[in-house]
Amino acid sequence: MNQTIAEKILSRHSGKKVLAGDICIADVDLIMAQDGTAPLAIRAFEKMGKKKVAYPEKSIFVIDHNSPSPSIGVSQLHALMRNFVKKQKMNFSESGSGICHIVLPERGYIKPGNLIIGADSHTPTYGALNAFAIGIGSTDIAAGLYTGKLWFKVPETIKISLRGKLPKGVFAKDIALFLIKNLRADGANYQVIELKGKGVESLSMDARFTLCNMLVETGAKSAILEVDKKTEKWLKEYKVNGLNPVSPDKNASYCQVLEFNLSNLEPQIAKPHRVDNVVSLKKLAGKRIDEAFLGTCTNGRLEDLRIAASILKGKKVHRNVRLIIVPGSREIFLNAVKENLIKIFIEAEAAVLPPGCGPCVGTGQGVPADKEIVISTANRNFKGRMGNPDAFIYLASPATVAASSIKGKITDPREFI
Amino acid sequence: MILKGKVHKFGEDVNTDYIISGRYKFKSLNMKELSTHIFEDIRPGFFKEISQGDFIVAGENFGCGSSREQAPLVIKESGISAVLSKSFARIFFRNCINVGLLAIECSTEKIELSDVLEINLEEGIIKNLTRKKILKFKKLPGIMIQILKAGGLAPYLKKKKKFDV
Repeated sequence: MNQTIAEKILSRHSGKKVLAGDICIADVDLIMAQDGTAPLAIRAFEKMGKKKVAYPEKSIFVIDHNSPSPSIGVSQLHALMRNFVKKQKMNFSESGSGICHIVLPERGYIKPGNLIIGADSHTPTYGALNAFAIGIGSTDIAAGLYTGKLWFKVPETIKISLRGKLPKGVFAKDIALFLIKNLRADGANYQVIELKGKGVESLSMDARFTLCNMLVETGAKSAILEVDKKTEKWLKEYKVNGLNPVSPDKNASYCQVLEFNLSNLEPQIAKPHRVDNVVSLKKLAGKRIDEAFLGTCTNGRLEDLRIAASILKGKKVHRNVRLIIVPGSREIFLNAVKENLIKIFIEAEAAVLPPGCGPCVGTGQGVPADKEIVISTANRNFKGRMGNPDAFIYLASPATVAASSIKGKITDPREFI
Repeated sequence: MILKGKVHKFGEDVNTDYIISGRYKFKSLNMKELSTHIFEDIRPGFFKEISQGDFIVAGENFGCGSSREQAPLVIKESGISAVLSKSFARIFFRNCINVGLLAIECSTEKIELSDVLEINLEEGIIKNLTRKKILKFKKLPGIMIQILKAGGLAPYLKKKKKFDV
């Protein structure tokens, strides 16, 4: 029986050999919830009638969606999380530390071959480190806290081979948008995407995180990569040892095999109000923008900030535009300070906010006015996503967002690179 | 289990932000209060159109987007007793069952606004009483039926203490 990566990881964790379509109960290696989902998980856990979390060392709550808290209601829920974490002796990431999907890999929580559940839909980000990471809801998290296990339906896998190498000015975000355009918003529903090929190998680790993160928008249960030299180097840097990577069998069974060439890819952009409403940037070049947002679990990494800084250096944000920049974690923020990227942003007259999800979910700062147009590096452009249902959100790469913020209109970043 | 109610129609790819906006969901665990904002960004005033026991009937990929369990919870709290859709996004579907909200995957083209339906969960049959038509639906995996019958995953684990497949 030949197996995909997902089938192998679920087999390893359930103690029996499973294939797509099987249902299994598996031990999980890490359980994560954030401040939008943890409070409900605590309530569900209490309803289950157990006093103690089964594996506190494998359980973590992160405050990132509202960081720091903007209101009394949110503060009360944050306090509920802090009390629970203290009582249960669980791991915790306080507001200001950064976004769960960036902080957890940095702190060495994610290992190749792991099975991870997270109450956040972008949990598959960890697939860049060869972990099978699945987004779930609060009650499933409570069940994980209670038992250390969860039930899974073993998913089918789509294999996507990326050939070639990205041209200058085109980035992982553009690959993700292009793939979402091809697969559509439910093209990979219930399925896992295995990415491979020279095109993947050529990407940096930061770019790989972006790709795995964003492919959730195809409905995929997860996205996952194999371990290579770059992964090993990254893990070593973050002091993750004892690797147990998982590769697919040569004759593993895939429900779909797709191949794309990156060499001729152009900058892409998703139009309101759907993530799969993607066109080539050139079709929208010149369109007015009011706000530009750089950050999130998709594009708030150091490489993203470096790319933006290389474009913004010595320039000013257009007078009709507000540029908001949110480093994805405290470590990234600190490195961006050391590398003078923050100085470049401030001199360009951007607003730099503390690490967290920032304006992405419309919970606090950066809410657009009626009819305003936002260009953003986030992963969703649903109506009302940033807090105003009468605003319009376009999704693009950090380079496109930085270039557009200077010109005051949607701009091809290749003009600056 | 037999459910009877009136239909509210929705289109394709209805995401969880539309069901309950992030503007509200981070602030409170009071689902009664949150449910008054159900579908506010795409259909303002929808909450007032719901009668106890009504159904939501939608196209492909209902519940896509964020993992927020507030989405099925506000649907349940608003009085809706089941969501019928051509297909569901996976996290939302799991969340429905986990909170005890019936989610049925079936062909929905021929169901219209305000039709009255009668759903028989055990037999896997939907009777459209308005159009005198019968629809069949695929049964859920055994573990999901057990969770649903227990009233959700919390009461299931309270009773069983562990997963039982």
